[in-house]
Amino acid sequence: MNIAVCAKRVPLSGGRWELTADGTEIDTSGASMGFTLSPHEECAAEAAVQLVEEFGGSSTVITVGVADSEEQIRSLLAVGIDRGVIVETDGGEWDPQGTSSALIEQVRAGSPDGAYDLVLLGTEAADTADFQVGIRIAHALGWPVVTNVKGLKITDGVARCERAVGSYREIYEVSLPAVITVKDGLNIPRYPSVPGRIKARKKSVDFIAGERPAPRLEKVKLALAVEEQRSAEILGTGTGNGADAVPALVELFRTIGVI
Amino acid sequence: MILVIVDHDRGVLDPTSVQAISGALALDSEVDVLVVGAAGRDVVGELASFGANTVHLAVHDSVTDFTPVASARAALELISRVSPAAVLVTGTPRGNEVLAHIAAILDLPMAAECLEIALGNDGVHQVVRNRWGGNIMETARVHSTLLLAAFAPHAVRAESAVGTGTIAEFTPALSDADLAVRILDRVGEGATGVGLTEARVIVSGGRGVGGPEGFAILEELASLLDAAIGCSRVVTSNGWRPHSEQVGQTGTKVAPDLYIACGISGATQHIAGCRTSKTIIAINTDKDAPIMGYAHYAVIGDLHTILPELVAATRAAKE
Ligand SMILES: Cc1cc2nc3c(=O)[nH]c(=O)nc-3n(C[C@H](O)[C@H](O)[C@H](O)COP(=O)(O)OP(=O)(O)OC[C@H]3O[C@@H](n4cnc5c(N)ncnc54)[C@H](O)[C@@H]3O)c2cc1C
Ligand SMILES: Nc1ncnc2c1ncn2[C@@H]1O[C@H](COP(=O)(O)O)[C@@H](O)[C@H]1O
Repeated sequence: MNIAVCAKRVPLSGGRWELTADGTEIDTSGASMGFTLSPHEECAAEAAVQLVEEFGGSSTVITVGVADSEEQIRSLLAVGIDRGVIVETDGGEWDPQGTSSALIEQVRAGSPDGAYDLVLLGTEAADTADFQVGIRIAHALGWPVVTNVKGLKITDGVARCERAVGSYREIYEVSLPAVITVKDGLNIPRYPSVPGRIKARKKSVDFIAGERPAPRLEKVKLALAVEEQRSAEILGTGTGNGADAVPALVELFRTIGVI
Repeated sequence: MILVIVDHDRGVLDPTSVQAISGALALDSEVDVLVVGAAGRDVVGELASFGANTVHLAVHDSVTDFTPVASARAALELISRVSPAAVLVTGTPRGNEVLAHIAAILDLPMAAECLEIALGNDGVHQVVRNRWGGNIMETARVHSTLLLAAFAPHAVRAESAVGTGTIAEFTPALSDADLAVRILDRVGEGATGVGLTEARVIVSGGRGVGGPEGFAILEELASLLDAAIGCSRVVTSNGWRPHSEQVGQTGTKVAPDLYIACGISGATQHIAGCRTSKTIIAINTDKDAPIMGYAHYAVIGDLHTILPELVAATRAAKE
């Protein structure tokens, strides 16, 4: 089984978000800033690794992003994805249609091991939450798509998908080839092992020049969510082991009416 | 005219999906609604009470439960017949999914997670939408003659309004491919216990809890407060607690009266799931943890010493 996983490098803040002076980007220059992948996509990658362990074949991670996305791609190679493809951008944001077109082209091209049987993505991107790239890819390829998947089992070329809805799960079945968009909680992604990291350095990552189409969903500016910057009222003396705050906590439970 | 697609589950209206009708009525006095499936007949009266005039009911023998592509095809048929200026939904999982199918088939842009929508008349519309689980807001232009947009859930309130609720029933033309992805079964219905989203109080634990055994004392406090247990992603990715308990951007969004965050640093992705809690108490060894900027009250110290004493004192107070 040949599997493509689509994953996107996104900024991660250790504290609060800051924006650039012109308000169009997240300021990634701060010391507490880093980059990461969405948990949804980490789960997609884990599922791909498990499926290749079960059925053979290979897995490829595809991203549309800056050259530095290689760091995130390698983090997935370290947990068992076989190779990476980066459709390289100059850092300007691609809208969901532009992103989808680039990914569709890569999925159509197939992997060195043959055509893809399965494309796994997150249900929504961590940063932009567009809820659409997987569905666009499916229509372009003429493949079925199941979204919001939190349970996946493949038997005889049929994917049984569980979709979490409130307190129950809906079951869908689709024949491969198919697109499946998954959610955090599908599995527990493994941590990279030391040998895994060493192997990842030798795996291939292809760079392909991307040309950003004119955005049809066009970002104009960003703003931070307006909320009062609170400063928590410290209960107790705030100096000891905290147990001196217990009477105040119980009093608070009473005031709020939870006891 | 604006077309709103609402969702029902076997004849029970999804109250969140109705919010888009109120959102649409603020933009245009003429709002038609699409409901898919014969059981949708049961919700027409209720839709009229939210201001729906014509309710287009798409009925097809093979559509007996949620079938995303069939819903999109029904909408496409209707769009070509009634030529709306916009198709709006509430961004529930089903709402987003059906709208994205429409966008993909028509190759039009789609804006999800909208807080505000302004229709332009020259094929350029403006929206304000959530990014990063509501931590950041984006102003964006949508270049499209037909605007396809999803309101973020609870971005608009469902308001009662008077509509006629006239039914216009039709049978959409569907191919086998349109019916290929559909619900075959449901499992785990009727689960018990205080659910995270319904709980008035949530006792939530993060990395600071230290391991699965550490949650025993959180559970004791939870049972005294009739609370549900929540946790951070570090906890679920370590396998200490099930993912169903994860609060946050990729977990569950909650809004209890009281949220007690024990050993949780307050990453924005965690806060995205609990920021609307009425009262937040943080218990943390680090007085500079980001959670202090969101919590109303804080106790600085080791949760392993504080919680046993808090459990004892709470138990005593209840007696
Ligand atoms: C796209 C995306 C989505 C995400 N979605 C989610 C999500 O849905 N939910 C979520 O939770 N996270 C999510 N995360 C992860 C998030 O960024 C953080 O990594 C995570 O929330 C941190 O969990 P934590 O607070 O338990 O751990 P840490 O950040 O490690 O914090 C542990 C805290 O415990 C305190 N502590 C340690 N020991 C004690 C003690 N003995 N007593 C009291 N306090 C103690 C420390 O001072 C510290 O503040 C997401 C990340 C990304 C990139
Ligand atoms: N730039 C990108 N590169 C690779 N995959 C992406 C990119 N953008 C989105 N995706 C994938 O598509 C999913 C849904 O994204 P979206 O529709 O933008 O919310 C994400 O979870 C990723 O798996």
